[in-house]
Amino acid sequence: MASLNSLDYGTPKRTSETLVTLEIDGVSVTVPAGTSVMRASTEAGSKIPKLCATDSLEPFGSCRLCLVEIEGRKGLPASCTTLVEPGMKVRTQTEKLQQVRRGVMELYISDHPLDCLTCSANGDCELQDMAGVVGLREVRYGYEGANHLKSAKDTSNPYFTFDPSKCIVCSRCVRACEEVQGTFALTIDSRGFASVVSAGQNGDFMDSECVSCGACVQACPTATLMEKSVIERGQPEHSHVTTCAYCGVGCSFRAEMKGTEVIRMVPNKDGGANHGHSCVKGRFAWGYATHKDRITSPMIRKKITDPWQEVSWADAIAHTAAEFRRIQAQYGRDAIGGITSSRCTNEEVYLIQKLIRAAFGNNNVDTCARVCHSPTGYGLKTTMGESAGTQDFDSVADTDVIMIIGANPTDGHPVFASAMKRRLREGAKLIVVDPRVIDMVDGPHIHADYHLQLRPGTNVAVINALAHVVATEGLLDEAFIAERCEAKAFETWRAFVRDPRNSPEATEAVTGVPAALVRGAARLFATGGNAAIYYGLGVTEHSQGSTMVMGIANLAMATGNIGRRGVGVNPLRGQNNVQGSCDMGSFPHELPGYRHVSDDATRALFEADWGVPLSNEPGLRIPNMFDAAMDGTFKALYVQGEDIAQSDPNTQHVTAALTAIECLVVQDLFLNETAKFAHVFLPGASFLEKDGTFTNAERRISRVRKVMPPLAGMGDWEVTVALSNAMGYPMHYDSPSEIMDEIARLTPTFTGVSFEAIDRLGSIQWPCNGEAPEGTPIMHIHEFVRGKGKFVVTEFVPTPEKVNGRFPLILTTGRILSQYNVGAQTRRTANVAWHDEDRVEIHPQDAEDRGIREGDWVGITSRAGETVLRARITERVQPGVVYTTFHFPESGANVITTENSDWATNCPEYKVTAVQATLVSHPSEWQERFERFTREQVRLVEERKPVHAP
Amino acid sequence: MNVDHLVTMANQIGAFFSSQGTHEEAVDGIADHLKRFWEHRMLQAIGSFVNAGGAALEESGLQQNVVEAVRRLVPPQNNTPIIDAMHNPPHR
Repeated sequence: MASLNSLDYGTPKRTSETLVTLEIDGVSVTVPAGTSVMRASTEAGSKIPKLCATDSLEPFGSCRLCLVEIEGRKGLPASCTTLVEPGMKVRTQTEKLQQVRRGVMELYISDHPLDCLTCSANGDCELQDMAGVVGLREVRYGYEGANHLKSAKDTSNPYFTFDPSKCIVCSRCVRACEEVQGTFALTIDSRGFASVVSAGQNGDFMDSECVSCGACVQACPTATLMEKSVIERGQPEHSHVTTCAYCGVGCSFRAEMKGTEVIRMVPNKDGGANHGHSCVKGRFAWGYATHKDRITSPMIRKKITDPWQEVSWADAIAHTAAEFRRIQAQYGRDAIGGITSSRCTNEEVYLIQKLIRAAFGNNNVDTCARVCHSPTGYGLKTTMGESAGTQDFDSVADTDVIMIIGANPTDGHPVFASAMKRRLREGAKLIVVDPRVIDMVDGPHIHADYHLQLRPGTNVAVINALAHVVATEGLLDEAFIAERCEAKAFETWRAFVRDPRNSPEATEAVTGVPAALVRGAARLFATGGNAAIYYGLGVTEHSQGSTMVMGIANLAMATGNIGRRGVGVNPLRGQNNVQGSCDMGSFPHELPGYRHVSDDATRALFEADWGVPLSNEPGLRIPNMFDAAMDGTFKALYVQGEDIAQSDPNTQHVTAALTAIECLVVQDLFLNETAKFAHVFLPGASFLEKDGTFTNAERRISRVRKVMPPLAGMGDWEVTVALSNAMGYPMHYDSPSEIMDEIARLTPTFTGVSFEAIDRLGSIQWPCNGEAPEGTPIMHIHEFVRGKGKFVVTEFVPTPEKVNGRFPLILTTGRILSQYNVGAQTRRTANVAWHDEDRVEIHPQDAEDRGIREGDWVGITSRAGETVLRARITERVQPGVVYTTFHFPESGANVITTENSDWATNCPEYKVTAVQATLVSHPSEWQERFERFTREQVRLVEERKPVHAP
Repeated sequence: MNVDHLVTMANQIGAFFSSQGTHEEAVDGIADHLKRFWEHRMLQAIGSFVNAGGAALEESGLQQNVVEAVRRLVPPQNNTPIIDAMHNPPHR
């Protein structure tokens, strides 16, 4: 399958400082050493026929079409597997080669359907192309012999079909699954004529280990592996490059279209984050954008028990503005606020925080980073001076020791996990610090050298123990520390971490990790070469989340693993634009560019540009908004693209707070859990309907391009502008590009960013300014952003969430590959085929103690509440720990999580909840109430009164 | 504002800064953190609670360094948080 507008060079690009000059068909060509003859010829403008070669995969040499003649060499070498040499003279087309190639094609076509005109790959088939290129006119073998034309199709995967009758056994799919994805789900079964692509153990794709990343479909040169959307709708005719709206990897895609209809999303090989790879979500799960559940008209109602009334945009905006002003007049300026969305672009988020600061007149703005990586912002700003990761993803290619702490990359950041797995297969070492046996611990051709399977809630004790080993066994990088770090802070920290109470032996009883493992892991990290730490919400969503981030930074600085490729501190940001949302000033205490609202000079800059005075006081964080709502002092909330009723902890507290709000405005694609409590619903736009930029976990700013008009008639940024104008604060922009120009004008780390620059460079990693006009892949190279790095003492403070006789287990939470966060998008796609409900993972011993078997309904009770989930018995969790995901609202995963949170940022401690698990036979009381409430709210939407025509 | 919750949060902050240096440095750190991150209603609520004193304060378990930091930010005499250079925009 060939993506539109994409030239395939046949073999991967190589980089080398040594250049080689050779002659191809009489023309002199110069390429880096290590380049194949095939690629050199393609770069010179002369394509050599090929079938098994493609530039995303290592050369294979099986199809025998790409043979060439090389002067002085016997035979006809394959150009894909032959490397260039100085002075080589190559001929790509001779009479002999013509005959050989035609013969090869005759063999292929003798066992291939001749239904080109009705085939889904018609016009986009490399076999068809090669038949034309070699001038095939007859197949002398005839078609009566044994063949595979009646082989059965495998249509088990919801997104693509495998038709073995069209397979030429080039093995591209098998190699793609190995080299690109790293899952090794496919193989060639049997030999010779009996060779056939096999998924898993000769079963169908859905029963195999296939993760539906689409790499095989992309690699397939024929119709054998083909998207069902192409089979049903025909081939696309144009494309737009855009960026995925799911996770923080930020894959670049080509949205391939017919008119305004998306036919398929194909990963862009020029994508700086993903280099042509994708996962099941970005590749296939985009149908939610046109799902029947989309609400496309604004709606209002007085009470949440009233039916909705559709209104015009003008009426909805006027009503919202009037309500917000009424509430401020009645309860005070600080009685209203807003929550920005990581689903929205940088430009849209910037406008929301501007609306709140300039039009509302307060700093009551927050974002979903509150509940995920806010500790990263605090911890890295304190230690290094910038609230972001230090590397780009490509840096992992130079890493010798990978440490993953509290992250599950194969599920949460799958495309980056594939790059990690490639590096591990090349020989890098792996340390995993996680209570669960995540896939990275033991996968195809990868195995963790150390798995520190700690008890949830003991991260800081473990990181201190690792640092203790480094500091007491002479493993400190003294030269780096002396040159790059504050001396006094380091001395204080060293004295602290060397204390015997931080030793692996002293902490073993608390963490559950054997001391010998900690010592081995620490020695490996400190002496194994370039060492990089990748971490996720298993670090941040704890009562000591910020402390742990600082502990990670301490360890990286102590071992000199900062400031070059292959090392660093890498927060795996969960969402497509959560980094951008933070960059754009969504926090109640910071203006864009992470500058505190009390910073007079920064505030003056914004006041001059925005034309209004701005508050210098920190505003309310999301959890504080709920408390203030319960207190009666916070009465209106504008929520854009967030579903706090599902995603935030202690659901019953959240919904009580939402019920106390007088005017809840929700802007979203669907009637989500929060919208069930809303008084105004403003229909939002999906990523396919907007222009702007997203910023991924590598600080990479990439373009999002509109491929269809907004279904609701207004773009999200236009809604914010209209609301601001209605509230009396004038805003005017002709395009999102102008918004980015304003951001660049006011934010020192963004001064070089513009749509023109992004189009020219492909993407830009901030900081991008005079010092780094093309952006900054690696940070803190010569000095830290704050000057010298700061070591911080990270005393372990046990979580207040204690297990006891009543709640003897610890619940921790996470994500799964096929579903995404609250599931609003992925639940409305065929991804439910892989995960159609949240389950609770429980260790066999704990299950047996309670009489629980696989699939049984289990009541999970905490101090906050109770819910019921079906059981999955597994040894991936250790005894005493249970685990669940949170993708389905009816699961009520957050009914049981508590209000415990990180001391610095109030990031909820989702990862540690003391619970009991009991065999039950009916849903929980909360679930029964939820079911009734949901039924009623769905009815109120379905029976909404249409807008009256003027 | 739920004072119990504010006490819990403040004690967590206090526990961190207790490990960062002397008592005075801890009080400085706590006061700075509260000023940078706590909205004025939260400061007001905990300030009123601390300044009211009595058995409720004693039984709350609020750490001494936090009490001192809060008193620095919310002086007992008027229970209004001190914010440097108040610059509130006029209500529209």
